[in-house]
Parts: sequence; C-alpha cells; structure tokens
Amino acid sequence: MIAARTLEQGSPRASSRAVELTTPSGIRIWHVEDYTVPLLSLEFAFMGGAAQDPVEACGLTNLLAILLDEGAGPLASSDFHEALEERAIELQFDAGRDRLEGSLRTLSENADRAFELLALTLHQPRFDQDAIDRVKAQVSAALKREESDPSARARETLYRKAFPSHPYGNPVEGRLGQFDTLTREALKGLHKRLMARSNLFLASVGAIAPQALITLIERTFADLPEKASLIEVPRIEMAAAGEREVIDLDIPQSTLLLALPGIYRADPDYMPAMVLNHILGGGSFTSRLWTEVREKRGLAYSVWSTLAPRQHAALFLAGTATSNERVGESLSVILSEIEKIVSGGASAEELEKARRYLVGSYALRFDTSRKIAGQLLEIQIENLGIDYIDRRNNEVAAVTLADMNRVGERLFRQGKPLVVVAGRPENL
Amino acid sequence: MGLKGVMTQSSSISHFSLANGLDVVVIPDRRAPVVTHMVYYRNGAADDPVGKSGIAHFLEHLMFKGTEKNPKGVFSEIVADLGGQENAFTSYDYTAYYQRVAKENLSQVMALEADRMTGLVLEGPEVLSERDVVIEERKMRTDSDPAAQLQESLAATLYVHHPYGTPVIGWGHEIEALSREDALDYYRRFYRPDNAILIVAGDVTEEDVRALAEDNYGKVERPDNQTPARARVKEPVIKARRLVTLGDEKVEQPMSQRAYLVPSHATAQGNEAFALELLSQILGGSQTSRLYKSLVLDVGLAVSAGAWYWNDALDIGQFGVYAVPAEGVALEALDAAVDGVLARFRDEPVDARELERAKTRLIADMVYAQDSQTHLARIYGATLTTGGKVEDVARWPDEIRKVDAAAVQVAAKKYLKPGTAVIGHLVKAA
Repeated sequence: MIAARTLEQGSPRASSRAVELTTPSGIRIWHVEDYTVPLLSLEFAFMGGAAQDPVEACGLTNLLAILLDEGAGPLASSDFHEALEERAIELQFDAGRDRLEGSLRTLSENADRAFELLALTLHQPRFDQDAIDRVKAQVSAALKREESDPSARARETLYRKAFPSHPYGNPVEGRLGQFDTLTREALKGLHKRLMARSNLFLASVGAIAPQALITLIERTFADLPEKASLIEVPRIEMAAAGEREVIDLDIPQSTLLLALPGIYRADPDYMPAMVLNHILGGGSFTSRLWTEVREKRGLAYSVWSTLAPRQHAALFLAGTATSNERVGESLSVILSEIEKIVSGGASAEELEKARRYLVGSYALRFDTSRKIAGQLLEIQIENLGIDYIDRRNNEVAAVTLADMNRVGERLFRQGKPLVVVAGRPENL
Repeated sequence: MGLKGVMTQSSSISHFSLANGLDVVVIPDRRAPVVTHMVYYRNGAADDPVGKSGIAHFLEHLMFKGTEKNPKGVFSEIVADLGGQENAFTSYDYTAYYQRVAKENLSQVMALEADRMTGLVLEGPEVLSERDVVIEERKMRTDSDPAAQLQESLAATLYVHHPYGTPVIGWGHEIEALSREDALDYYRRFYRPDNAILIVAGDVTEEDVRALAEDNYGKVERPDNQTPARARVKEPVIKARRLVTLGDEKVEQPMSQRAYLVPSHATAQGNEAFALELLSQILGGSQTSRLYKSLVLDVGLAVSAGAWYWNDALDIGQFGVYAVPAEGVALEALDAAVDGVLARFRDEPVDARELERAKTRLIADMVYAQDSQTHLARIYGATLTTGGKVEDVARWPDEIRKVDAAAVQVAAKKYLKPGTAVIGHLVKAA
C-alpha cells in the first residue's frame, strides 16, 4: 500500500518529458525541453577514459581532458578562456576510469557561441607545448598535495592492490615524476582514438527547441571520426582478498577502506544489492553502519558503504575515518555488521523502510537541469532505456527479502575483504 | 549582454512573518514535484560563549537526538521513510537545518522541525558519544591536514579579538570539555521562532506555505524576553606585520596565502562590497584573472593562483589571495610577485573589457543559481541571517552592473594596503 502511494509521489516530472532526438548524420541525444530558466545544460561522454591510457603513459587521458579547453583553433589558452567568460559559458572536461566526460552550460541566448567553442575543443585542440608543460606542473602539484592526504593515499593503494597489472590499478592522474611519456604526440594520438561518434553519448536539458538543438549537435559533433579505436580492456576480478595494507602517515586519525568483489550494473541482482547496501551503509542517517559506528559508539564522523560497478570490474566498498587508537574497534564493528547481514539477513521492516526511502527520494535527483541531464546520460550509458525513469521505482519496490538474502550470500559469504588503512593505526 | 531580466523569478518570491516572529520566505519552482525546506537560526559559531568554542556546531549535531514527541532517532527515521534527504550546517553567523522531500510531505517535515525548535531533550550517553563524533570530525577536517591547520592559524592571527578568529568547529581542548548543560544553555538562548527564518523552495505556492507554516510553526511560543541580540566585539587596528608559517614534514607542496580584513555587505559603506566582489573576480576569480595571467602564464612563478572574498559575514569580512609555487620557487619571491599584481590595482584602473567580463560572469552566476532550488534557498538564508533583506538578492545584479573601474581602484587602495595582510606559508618542516 505504502509503496504504491510513494511511487506516485516519487515520479520525477521533468524526466518523463525526455525525448530522443536524432540528427541527420545519426547522432542521438536525449533532451528535456524546459523554459523555466533561460539556460541550456549539455552533458556528454566519450566511452574509454583513463582505462585507455597506454601502459607507458599513465595519466594521459586526464591530461587530455584538462588540455581540451587550454587553447583550440585560432584561440590560445587565455584567449579561449576569455571567449568563454565573455558570455559566461561554462565548459569542462573530466577524465574518469571508463569515460571522458564533458559538461557545457550556457545562457540559451548564447547557445550558438557555446557550441562553436565546444566544437573547437573537439576538433581543433591546440595542445600547445607551454600549455602542456603548465598543466603537467599543475597535476604534479595536486599529486604532491595528495601525498599527505589519507583518503587519497588509501584510495590509490586500494586500486593498485585490487587490480594489479590492469589499467584500473593505475592512478587516473598519473604518477609523480613519470610525466615524460605524456607528450604532445601521445595526446594527439589519444584524441584521435578516443573522441569519435561510435562511443559518444549525449543528454541535454533547457530552453531550446528540438530542431534548433539538432542543428547545433549536428554542427558540433557530426565531423568527428566515425569510429573510436579503443584498446580492449579485459574484465578483472578483485585481487589481494584478505590482505591488509597500512600506509604510514603521521596523523592522529586513520582513513580505512575495505573492498570486496561487487556486482555489475547489468547484473539482474543489482537492484537487490543496491537495496541491501542501502540498509547496510547507504546514504541516509539510518543505516546499520551509521547506527553502530557513529550513533552508538561515536567512533567516526562518517561511515559508508557503496556498490562501485565499473565497465570492467565491480567492487563493494566501505570506509570510515577514525582515531588511530580506535581503528581496530571500528574495523571489527564494520566486519561484524557485514557478517550479521549475511547470517541474519535484513528484516521485513528494514526492507520496507529502504524501499520507501529509495522510491521517495528518486525525484530529488531531478531538480536541476544539470542533474537531470546527468541522470539521462547515465541511463543511456547503462543501456537501461528511456522509460527507465518511469520503471525504476517499480523495480525497487519489487525487491523481496529472498532477493536480498541471495545477493547477500553472493556478496559477503565467501568474500575476504581487502583492507587499506592510511594513518598510524593501533590494534589492527 | 542580454542579462537584463536576470532575476526573472524574483517577482514570485514572497516573504512574510508569523505572529510569533518567525520570518518566512517562499521560492516557487515548479519543475520537479519536490521541495527544499530549511530553517535558519540567526546564530552561529561567532556567538559561542568565551571558553565554549564549538558549542553552536556541537548543538547542531545534538539537534538530531530527539524530543519528547519524537524521541531518539525518530526524526531521521521519519525523514528517510518519506524518501527525504536531510542535513544541517553551522557557519559563523548562522546555523541551518534542511530536508528535501516530495512536496506532499512538506507538512510532515515542518512538524518535525517545529517540534525540535523548542522541544529538544538531551539525556543519556548519546551526548558524550556525539562529542566523540565531533572530535573525529575535527581530526578529519583539520588535525590530519596541514593546509587546514595553516588556514586556522591564519584566521586566528587576522582576527585578534573578534570570534571569526576561532574555528567554527571549535578548538580541540574546548570541544573536549563541552557539556550537555552548555548545549542546552545555548539552545534556550537562540532557538526560538523570532530568531529563525523558514525558507521553502520548490513546487509550492505562497498560500500553501502560509497555511502549513501557521499550522506547524505558528504553535511554537515566542518567549517573553527579548529576541537575542548579537553583540560582537570590533577588531582593533593592528600595526605589526604578521607572517604565520606552518611547517610539517608531510608537506610536499608548499603554498602561500594571505588575508586582509575588508568590509562585508553588512558592514560596507556605499557600493564598496560590490566593488570588492568585482575586484576579487578580476584579481583571481578565473583563468583570465590578473593573478593567473601574471603569476602562472607570464612569469611562471606559480602553478595556480586565485583570490576569494568572504562577503556575507555579519561583521567584518575577509579578502584573500593564494598562490601555489612552481617547482623550486621560494615563497618570498612568490609573495613579491603577488605584491606587484596588487600594486597595479591600486595604481591604475582596471580596463573596461576585463571589468565587463567579470560583471558578466558574476551576474550569470545568479541566473545559473535559479536552476537549483537548494542553491537559491541558501542564498536567501545566508543573506537574511547576515544583515541583508529579501530585496537585496534581487537588487544584487543591478548593483554589480553599476560598479565602475574607479570604484574598484578605490577599494584596492583602501583595503589591500601593503603590510596589512596576514601572510601564511605552508612549508615542509626541515
């Protein structure tokens, strides 16, 4: 009863208006036409990402992403940035492990100019040597700062141990002192390989009519190479199960990360796993980990768990940051909560509460243009269908206790976690 | 530039007060069937009693511990059951609580928030375990991060007398001694309807909100005594030059920053605060700023550089500059280069094109802000708790537009005087 009522409440209005548009050359984009605020938000992605870094050039995709708007066509870096600022156009590229993402935001009256500048970055990035050197120095400075950042150190170590001799084991930003191989030629090569129409996804929201948008998208993206040429990246299972690694940092508090093999987004058990994770350590102030670690024992400010599915691997992750002398206790509480949810399962009441939260809060992901476009992009990339937004809450509501018990067994019964701690932990 | 009708929605924003003194702001946004419900209290860390630093923030944590009507944990359980998201935050001048829910559930979160405005019950061990949580929060944000420790020392040196020199989270030794009574004393003093502002943004009308607010918050009694006043001390003039250096052997990337005392919107004369906003943008707001162009692009002394302006303080604000040196560059050389960039602002007016670019950027931010009901709600909350009025938000773009190059130069001359900044260096300890 309650689930049905909240289902209705949770349906995100704008999203049901998303339509798929196709340009003359066959580029598809999902668009929500909305004139409430006079702006346009475009989110797009080229599949590939840092996993495409050549073995000898770790950090290349990240460098490419940063350099795309550091000069393009006739405009050198600072001229290009002035051109953006003159119309308050926001353009950003970001390298993830699986994709190179772009984000464009503009007042709709400046859409023509915004797409013109975007097209320059896609087709004619300059990769001027002075810009390359400058950005390398900036990335190095950021990496040096991260040397003393416990969460960055723990994350980097976790991925290195979990995915040895696989691109996922390498840091997205590259390694300090190993930037010599990141050359202009390498950047040009990667640009040509990675940015094509075959691996491109697009979504937009805002004050523009479909026909005008189609014209802009065609003009901007149609001349990209037809096919990307991506390196085949193999699927990989998590390694180093059962290991514990300590990164020594002289600080009063340790950051703790825990990893187990996870579950892929396309797996039929993904939805039950998502609900189970919500109960264990997902995003509200009522999860078991939150209650046990923070509320009852005051061990930490933050404690969480999450499913981390990627294209070529899937992890379950949990983490916290706690005083060095309380690391042992915190870890044992987290492990015991994982153990309890496998042996005792979740209760019917917990399932009901999780459903209500997950169904009811779905609409909150659709309250800004950028968030809506981001959701639409994600749904396309995961191949869930344009009707997913209307289906999704039913799928959550259909999860049963039996589903969760099955997925709990799968995730946690056999698994020996990889644990990484950065700090000076005691009693570990 | 076509940025004329910037606050297109401002005419639909309404504000009114209930009989018990609660101020209400309604920001309609019909695009998604959701609402952001926020309550701001006009008190923050700068109102912590001497010796009790961190009490405003500690109380913010304790506000989730329950009331007689909704005991321990019930608040968050109900919000989660509604599919709502919630949190709270403390700044120097305000403390705010919010929930984001489907619009049908607005009345229920109002009932919860109205109940804890005066009904907080603090009993049992959860007060002390929550204090441990705050101590862990401090360790996470500050005690494990040399850059955050430098920031803390810089503020403590800049404000020698005013509570803005004390960290919002509190000093470690004082947090450790905060008690249940400290929290309740502070709570009874400030948590009352005539010291609060209700902000509802989202799929609602003024009439909806008025009725629901009357039903829920209208019942909260206003105490007989006067609304608490915030009497803050003034900063003395300090003539000594001040440099604070934080050396830590973990530091691999040094940096230099500096901060000046400047007026905020609340304390500024005339259009000074608007001029300072533009000065901050032109000096260090982007990759086309003077600092970036000069230090990073032209002379290559820095890998990054920028500026900030804390403009929405209730009392005296802060203007800052930071620069991260290129490999092998001494912080002293970097500081000298920053001095040079600042001197040009004092010596000659900014050029028309860069002023125009900065205005476009700042004004467009306001249009982009309208895309997010939560962001808009926060703009109004911060404005109204730091001496501003609802109309000030709508008027802001016009005020920015009116600033000329001469006003920017005057602000630079008056407030970015040589030797008046506190400089902070982050270095690797030998």
